[in-house]
Amino acid sequence: MKPAEAIDDIADAPPEPRSALVRAFAVFNANKTSWVGVIVFGAIVAMAALAPLISPYDPIEQDIIARLQPPSAEHWFGTDMFGRDVLSRVIWGSQISLIVSIASIAVALLVGGTIGLVSGYIGGRTDLLIMQAMDVLLSFPSLIMGLIVVAMLGPDLINLIIAIALTAVAPFARIARAPTIVLKERAFVEAGRALGFSHIRIVLVHILPNLLAEVLVMGSLWMATAVRVEASLSFIGLGVRPPTPTWGGMINEGFENILDAPWLSIYPGLAILILVFALNMLGDGLRDATDPKLRGE
Amino acid sequence: MASGNATETVLSVKGLSKTFVTKRGFPNPVTVTVRAVDDVSFAVRAGEAFGLVGESGCGKSTTGRALLRLIEPDRGAVTYRGQDVLAASGAELRALRRKLQIVFQDPYASLNPRRGIGETLAEPMRVHKMGDRAQIAERVKSLLAEVGLPPSAADKYPHEFSGGQRQRIGIARALSVDPELIVADEPVSALDVSIQAQVLLLLRDLQARRGLSYVFVAHDLGVVRFFCQSVAVMYLGRIVESGPVEEVFNQPAHPYTTVLRQASPVPDPRAKSIAVRIEGEVPSAANPPQGCHFHPRCPNAMPVCKTVYPAWTQLTPTRGVACHLHTPAGS
Amino acid sequence: MGRYILKRLAAAVPTLLAVLTVVFLLVRVVPGDPAQTILGDQATAEALAALRARLGLDRPLHVQYFEFVFAALRGDLGNSLVSGRPIIDEVVAVLPHTIDLTLAALVIGSIFGIPLGIWAAMHRNRFIDYVTRIGSLLGLSFPVFVSGIFLLLVFALHWRWFPVIGTSSSADFGDRMHRLVLPAVNLGLIMAAYITRVTRSAMLQVLGEDYVRTARAKGVPRRVVVWRHALRNALIPVVTVIGLYLGILIGNSVLTEIVFNRPGLGKVIVGALNQRDYPMLQGLLVIYCFLIVVVNIATDLTYGLIDPRVKHA
Repeated sequence: MKPAEAIDDIADAPPEPRSALVRAFAVFNANKTSWVGVIVFGAIVAMAALAPLISPYDPIEQDIIARLQPPSAEHWFGTDMFGRDVLSRVIWGSQISLIVSIASIAVALLVGGTIGLVSGYIGGRTDLLIMQAMDVLLSFPSLIMGLIVVAMLGPDLINLIIAIALTAVAPFARIARAPTIVLKERAFVEAGRALGFSHIRIVLVHILPNLLAEVLVMGSLWMATAVRVEASLSFIGLGVRPPTPTWGGMINEGFENILDAPWLSIYPGLAILILVFALNMLGDGLRDATDPKLRGE
Repeated sequence: MASGNATETVLSVKGLSKTFVTKRGFPNPVTVTVRAVDDVSFAVRAGEAFGLVGESGCGKSTTGRALLRLIEPDRGAVTYRGQDVLAASGAELRALRRKLQIVFQDPYASLNPRRGIGETLAEPMRVHKMGDRAQIAERVKSLLAEVGLPPSAADKYPHEFSGGQRQRIGIARALSVDPELIVADEPVSALDVSIQAQVLLLLRDLQARRGLSYVFVAHDLGVVRFFCQSVAVMYLGRIVESGPVEEVFNQPAHPYTTVLRQASPVPDPRAKSIAVRIEGEVPSAANPPQGCHFHPRCPNAMPVCKTVYPAWTQLTPTRGVACHLHTPAGS
Repeated sequence: MGRYILKRLAAAVPTLLAVLTVVFLLVRVVPGDPAQTILGDQATAEALAALRARLGLDRPLHVQYFEFVFAALRGDLGNSLVSGRPIIDEVVAVLPHTIDLTLAALVIGSIFGIPLGIWAAMHRNRFIDYVTRIGSLLGLSFPVFVSGIFLLLVFALHWRWFPVIGTSSSADFGDRMHRLVLPAVNLGLIMAAYITRVTRSAMLQVLGEDYVRTARAKGVPRRVVVWRHALRNALIPVVTVIGLYLGILIGNSVLTEIVFNRPGLGKVIVGALNQRDYPMLQGLLVIYCFLIVVVNIATDLTYGLIDPRVKHA
């Protein structure tokens, strides 16, 4: 028996045999629905990217003779009141949904995340003040706020992104702040200060990577909300202006003909539902994977 | 004074104080003032391990952090080799950071879980521009060897190591900037007993090899007796007794030291002691008793102890105590 | 407790002032001239000037600000540009419809959500739990106007069980209820999805607590344990959902009113948007924010009443 080492091995064995990442993946992997989310979301991204190649018709070109045709072999999802192919418009419409939701969440994540990180790290009265400002922002209902901002700025792509990002800044600030407060008290951050690291280095190199997972998970969940808000604004008539196809806008137009041509509303409605559902499944799986409570720690 | 003189004082702490103000209670919060460190003074000589010992909550860890300015003290002076630590800023402070380092209690919280060990050890050297990439890589290897870890450890992550190994990595990180003094904040108390001795021997080995001084914060008297040359005993934010380890623990001058010694297990079974019961709860530092803080638990309490905090009395040039039993008559 | 309520209310005052400030800035500082936006590109200079004067936009910004804030604190949110009537009156006129809808939806959401959540928690990681989780996830993935349209297509247009228009002006109670069913079900089912999820996780937490384990270990039947705590804690998920998702619920009720063509705040908003009635939009935003602030206080206080531990947290 090798005395010293043997004792070390028994009494002081490493408590975590696998890396956090591997365990997180195992949790994610065990949940089949999260994989459904990944695959469906991937398929929609591919559809958006390949829209020019896979859509059977031009989404904007009108064909008055073929207007309001029910689903058929030529037009799987039927045609709208201008004779445009609904399937092609659903395929192209995915682009706006994805661009607006990804861009607005990216902006919200960047702005809100920075606010939360800096606020939590500084602490004290500054933190209190910033977080109270975030609470004020949180007391604006997202749809109403988005609606008014877009109405003021005018409905176009950039303004939609700004409006939706604005509604999500406060939640991201909160999500980034909570772990920052815990992490800045951890000994490895104190060690960094004792070693003379700058605040910027401590925040960017030692705190940020440790909360990135949580923030990104919330990002995927909030993206589902962003898709819904964009669709809702478009449905109210505050989306990207026609003739650019958007799912919410298509429902808005089709709603007038709901009695005669329900397919105008049904297919884009299903498209929104599928994308939001996929994002929620994906986000749920990611959240379980990064939730320490579910890892049995 | 020439450096290397064994009796030279390197770190001098005078009147260090830190008060925490918190609001407690819901829905009607009350402001609570905790004098975590109250007028603490001591001196650490070159190459010495100076122990700060006391029960949890006595302010010993806060003292260790305050003298590194990880917590900004409210009052007092900290001088390192003639340099004012509390006034330093900018480049001066960065230079001091290299000389004064810290090793933490919790080996799990003290390493960034998302950074490889090599990166953790190289980063301080890069920040302080201690050589080019190759030199730093070389120094990472020698640091790992110095604390008894294989070179392959550099490519691993904290979770792949045991508590004792992580503590060795924490020590290597402190050593990476070639410090002269290390504040060791309960460096072994979170470790399994069988590992404690290994880490203590490593620290003692480094003390001899590098000529390091330590401020060794601990609650375990046995560990302090083994590791330190001098010791200060703290109770509710104040130092109640200080002096050479053997003298303080063999002939305690303060009743609290006596009580502490009897409460801790004695390694020698023949040395039977009269059990002195610690009476009463540890009072909160938020609300210390009037007079001598220790009087409610003190077996020797006198009427004067309830009203007057005892003045510091120097018993010998190296020993001092704050207790009315030793206060010169008349004061 | 009384003092706590007062303090909580006092703390809301700065929030409300900040809300008013943000709304004011949103309307004034956002690029673009409200008068121009309202009248369109073809408006004459005189018309623009007249409208600015009518809206008070020709006065210094700080004067406008203090007038706006003091008026709002007195409950005066200005007049609608379109009807000329006070905004508060317009809102109060349609409010009963929105309250009917919201309360009915809350009842439906609780009836479905709470038992489903408890049921799923009791059968954790079994088939029932799995189906409930997927179902509730699907429910909260539904954009409310899409589910509304689907309900409309199936029940009002295909089976003709319900009228397409969500309400009539008739005072007949039966008729009013009949017209309320579809919109309330639409809003309620989505709310049920949220309540199910929150109930399930709250229940799992309770089941994992020591005193429940102790009760089980002592031989108290599982059903008894669950129901004792479920009944005691049934309100908490509902309060949580209202507190957490009020913003989403408000958006959902607006969209439901639009889809089912019901009178209510939703239709007022859309009308104001279409007619560029900016004072109206501004007033509605203030009202909604006040509502959220007040509900947040109310949910906090409710927690204190349901769960005495909160007070000492």
